[in-house]
Amino acid sequence: MNSGSWQREVDLPSERGASRLITEDLLEHLGVHGWPPSDIFSIHLAAEEAIVNAIIHGNKLDPAKKVHVSCMVSPELARVEVTDEGPGFDPASVPDCRLDDRLEAPNGRGVMLMRSFMTRIEYNAKGNGVLLEKRRSPPAD
Amino acid sequence: MAAHRRIDVAKVGEVTVVKFLDKKILDEASIQELGAELFGLVEQDNRRSILLNFANVEFLSSAALGKLITLDRKVKAAKGRLKLSNIRPEIFEVFQITKLNKVFDIRADDAEAISAFA
Repeated sequence: MNSGSWQREVDLPSERGASRLITEDLLEHLGVHGWPPSDIFSIHLAAEEAIVNAIIHGNKLDPAKKVHVSCMVSPELARVEVTDEGPGFDPASVPDCRLDDRLEAPNGRGVMLMRSFMTRIEYNAKGNGVLLEKRRSPPAD
Repeated sequence: MAAHRRIDVAKVGEVTVVKFLDKKILDEASIQELGAELFGLVEQDNRRSILLNFANVEFLSSAALGKLITLDRKVKAAKGRLKLSNIRPEIFEVFQITKLNKVFDIRADDAEAISAFA
């Protein structure tokens, strides 16, 4: 197991499918650092949702805009920061997808999944950047 | 019947059993294509009893969930029935967190799901 940390920063184009330009590397290094598969699933899901939100809702697929992604993986902590060039949004304004009248809405679950699967999630004041962190889960008994 | 690139479709009695060909359902273009193929089962092929088998699926994003919800609506509108099976624990957790396990009829495996159509 690699005891150091891995870091990478990229500017992604605002195109559908661009997330894989960083998530493949992220997944590889989570594996290198010995993260358990369930944690890797959680981090992958949260990173994917954050990047897709930035590309589609933040930058609105504008080819002139980039999505900045910064990743850090150590044996105990994984951090992903995603910032777009859009106007930002108020995450508190996203309705709870678990409410009866929202339960069958086809979208609006990404933020909920990020909150559930990560240890820490913080939006910047403008609402165009999100910090995602996960601490490695203790081994199951 | 339309050709499919994202799903494998078989019939078991009256039940249409759908297997996903992608291990990861996350690419936007693939999800659009997947949605079109699933909706075609109801809207073009008039399938009314549909089982989605997730045995091959290791990862799916919230955009994929959106397609499943739209499929569920279309099936219900056509007075059909939709069931899901063979969902691995990490993905079942996604359904639980979003409470979609209350929207979908989720069964452990094909056999249980198919008998539940009877």
